[in-house]
Amino acid sequence: MKKEFLKGMSHGIPIMLGYLSVSFSFGIMAVGKGISPLWTSLISLTNLTSAGQAAGVDIIVAAGSLIEMILVQITINMRYSLMALSLSQKLDKRFTTPHRLAASYGITDEIFAVCAAQETPLTPAYMYGMILIATIGWVMGTVMGAVAGQLLPASVTSVMGLMLYGMFIAIVVPPCKKERGVLAVSLGAIAMSLLFKYVIKGIPSGFVIMICAVAASAVGAVLFPVQDEGGAS
Amino acid sequence: MSIAVYVLVMAVVTYLIRMLPFTFFRKKLTSKFWLSFLHYIPYAVLSAMTIPAIFEATGSMVTAVVGTAVALVMAYFELPLIAVALGAAASAFIAGLFIK
Repeated sequence: MKKEFLKGMSHGIPIMLGYLSVSFSFGIMAVGKGISPLWTSLISLTNLTSAGQAAGVDIIVAAGSLIEMILVQITINMRYSLMALSLSQKLDKRFTTPHRLAASYGITDEIFAVCAAQETPLTPAYMYGMILIATIGWVMGTVMGAVAGQLLPASVTSVMGLMLYGMFIAIVVPPCKKERGVLAVSLGAIAMSLLFKYVIKGIPSGFVIMICAVAASAVGAVLFPVQDEGGAS
Repeated sequence: MSIAVYVLVMAVVTYLIRMLPFTFFRKKLTSKFWLSFLHYIPYAVLSAMTIPAIFEATGSMVTAVVGTAVALVMAYFELPLIAVALGAAASAFIAGLFIK
């Protein structure tokens, strides 16, 4: 139990470092738009998501309606439902309902990606360790960005936005070398994403990600079915 | 409207999106299609989120392309996540010094 928790914490360290920089820029952005540092930090603690928080801040600043807030959050964050569904397939028997209710809080892109790459069933302790470390990074980064962000030169803060994407690339590329299906699905998703960016414009970004991911994965599942349980990974 | 209401609504909606499938979906999938679909979803999501958004992440297309290229090469050689992330940011920073 304790060993699993520590393992989760150590697997969470790269996520924490990535989150520090990304949430740092969120902190700068939200305070720059007029949200107080305290509320900015509370948004990070209660939401634990990047794109959804950025969109939420825009709605708060524009004094938008709650309906708009709900619809935007659903659209941007719906991908977490797919991730939750995917993770639900590899949970250890120890994952009882209270543990599921608690660990749901921490299903983010990065935590999902690291958990999905595990070969053994996921235990609650493992996920808690990872979520704890990642959340500390996310909230600490936000607090620092909100309080001290203006002190850093723009040349440094602007490139920090690349760290999260760099981490995504590091997750996707290695399996692309080993599995033709992953390579094809990733390239398909990128092609569609470019299409929505430059040709079919005007669809909210969260929605675009959903469409690209579902379509590319569905085609991939037909053309490159995974051989055995747990995938070819 | 108080900011507390907005933040509460944001947090509750985001939590429910994660919690409902994670807690209430108990079936073990056996369909080859759905197992394959769920196997591919993370890579498709991350790919679509990264490109083309990464090219606008630094405010300069040139530095972003340099950072992306460095990240791709480092990832190809399977360096750790944090090394790739730092390599992308550091190389974009260095590229930025040259284009000014």
